[in-house]
Amino acid sequence: MYRSHVLVCGGTGCTSSGSPKIIDLLKDEVKKAGLKDEVAVVQTGCHGLCALGPIVVVYPEATFYSLVKPEDVPEIVSEHLLKGRIVNRLVYKENDQDEIIKSINETDFYKKQYRIALRNCGVINPENIDEYIAMNGYEALGKVLTEYTPDQVIQIILDSGLRGRGGGGFPTGLKWKLAKGNDADQKYVCCNADEGDPGAFMDRSVLEGDPHVVLEAMAIAGYAIGASQGYIYVRAEYPIAVQRLKLAIDQAREYGLLGKNIFNSGFDFDIDLRLGAGAFVCGEETALMTSIEGNRGEPRPRPPFPAQKGLFEKPTILNNVETYANIPQIILNGAEWFASMGTEKSKGTKVFALGGKIQNTGLVEIPMGTTLREVVEEIGGGIPGGKKFKAAQTGGPSGGCIPAEHFDIPIDYDNLISIGSMMGSGGLIVMDEDNCMVDIAKFFLQFTVDESCGKCTPCRIGTKRLYELLDKITKGNGTLEDLDRLEQLCYYIKENALCGLGQTAPNPVLSTLRYFKDEYIAHVTDKKCPAGVCKALLSYTIDPDKCKGCTLCARICPNSAIQGKVKEAHVIDQSKCIKCGACMEKCRFGAISKR
Amino acid sequence: MKSLEELKAIRDRMQGQLGIRNESNDKTRIVVGMATCGIASGARPVLTTLSDAVLSKGLKNVSVVQTGCIGLCQYEPIVEVFEPGKEKVTYVKMTPEKALDIIDQHIIRGQIVSEYTITAIQG
Repeated sequence: MYRSHVLVCGGTGCTSSGSPKIIDLLKDEVKKAGLKDEVAVVQTGCHGLCALGPIVVVYPEATFYSLVKPEDVPEIVSEHLLKGRIVNRLVYKENDQDEIIKSINETDFYKKQYRIALRNCGVINPENIDEYIAMNGYEALGKVLTEYTPDQVIQIILDSGLRGRGGGGFPTGLKWKLAKGNDADQKYVCCNADEGDPGAFMDRSVLEGDPHVVLEAMAIAGYAIGASQGYIYVRAEYPIAVQRLKLAIDQAREYGLLGKNIFNSGFDFDIDLRLGAGAFVCGEETALMTSIEGNRGEPRPRPPFPAQKGLFEKPTILNNVETYANIPQIILNGAEWFASMGTEKSKGTKVFALGGKIQNTGLVEIPMGTTLREVVEEIGGGIPGGKKFKAAQTGGPSGGCIPAEHFDIPIDYDNLISIGSMMGSGGLIVMDEDNCMVDIAKFFLQFTVDESCGKCTPCRIGTKRLYELLDKITKGNGTLEDLDRLEQLCYYIKENALCGLGQTAPNPVLSTLRYFKDEYIAHVTDKKCPAGVCKALLSYTIDPDKCKGCTLCARICPNSAIQGKVKEAHVIDQSKCIKCGACMEKCRFGAISKR
Repeated sequence: MKSLEELKAIRDRMQGQLGIRNESNDKTRIVVGMATCGIASGARPVLTTLSDAVLSKGLKNVSVVQTGCIGLCQYEPIVEVFEPGKEKVTYVKMTPEKALDIIDQHIIRGQIVSEYTITAIQG
């Protein structure tokens, strides 16, 4: 029996900022203080505020410590755990003027969130099945196996309005219904944990923080469609997730929650892991199944759809991690409960990984229909340095940009598609006035060029040509005809590529062309990059009136491009300048500017 | 796992322990003074007795927390009970035995143990 629980975040963000060290030190100090039998030190999954890790939460007070360093640990133990005095200097504050906020749920970051998929992340120890069971874990599976028919289960999921959280937004219940309707001697349940969008880590956090929820949901899906085998396809680059999944599968087998005759119902179900080697295309459903079969991860044409002929040519369902994480809660709380949240056609919540130019980099879960403004300004804490919001990128390399004019749009599947972006898996990258939109499009195209599997020509060659056109524009060599050619090629690729990767690859170009055409034109006709990013179009100059001739810039320049005598105005030799910006950063008189 | 009962047994056993991580505003809070004065006069065993009792008796919506010195050092160990919507009750010169009385009479049955309160001791 412990009177206090000290939860230390063991998500990837906090792990890389040193939380394992904090856990070891806490255990040592607790032991030294003679509190070993009174205070439990627990490693949990992600709390969401990854920018402020390592995070330590002390219960029962629910004190939220952020940016904890090893040298802070003795003070936490001797002051808080022994004497009950909260260490105020370590408590998370939203800004310096604020009075100290002591409970997590009172902060702006958490106040507007509603956690279903992430409900256990940061609350339980993911390596202990008993803690999951304490949070009503495996109760939904028990209920389904003892009370419901497979058709009833599918009806509940249909009624809930749950749609796939991995990108397309296909109704989950319908997917299950189609797979159930196809008779076969063997069917499969697959989990897509091959999260590959740059800047996205929603699924990773669920797997690391609450692995059992995925196992439970897959077993429920297996019962619903009549499958006895499941596969989780997870990236090998997620070592913590892989290790916790393995442990979770072992524990579930030991308890008989996976295996033969679960809950004495006659239902058999088991799950195996398959590790992906990090190819983006393997997140596409047919390529993923081809990879599980042991072949090179390349997509195949649809139809036949997986519900007819999927893995090993058998009826298969494939859902994403976050989709599964919603299932047990829907079973336990009912379809109406889930359908009461969100907008008309998008029910429930969505997890987003906030990144880019935003204060609170991290993981948030919000009800569908929350506006982008609320996410960026309130939950995300706004843009650092008082810069102006320019656009948010959603959906990764398949998605597009949401410009400032749509800042108040309620986020749901259909709204995002109507403005040329998409929900995607949930990466949300915020950009400010210092981001060049042509450069952003180029970045995503570079990614697609690298990740194109090469099977079909529109994607293999088309994306490469798109990238070359963008590169030409950012170097100042583009023409207005290139812009037309760019757009034409985008539509050609969209119509002709084989799989989702190719069909959506032009989206970053199309959406930036739609909302930021003036920036493209500035690159082409004025040979200027308005945001000051594209190096070929920049020049640094020294204002002779402001320059005091201190020689600092000349000394700092790595390419000796700056000439001038002491106490005389200096000059930059444009032919030698490599546009690194070091001079501008160092100048104490604000004499250097870039254009 | 062959039955829902087995699952429930694990859940019940674990829920008591994880209840500590639940935050709600309608909880009864039992606050133990754990400053130097409190610890010196024996607040630690009082604190552990209280938290063990809350767990072992399966009391929901009750949390046992620590606080610093409230300035009445000669009356330590001090235990204060905050029930939602009621005035706080201050118990002084606590021992583990007296703490159990508070759990049984005040927390479970809702009867204040008046002979342990500060008013009774101060006369």
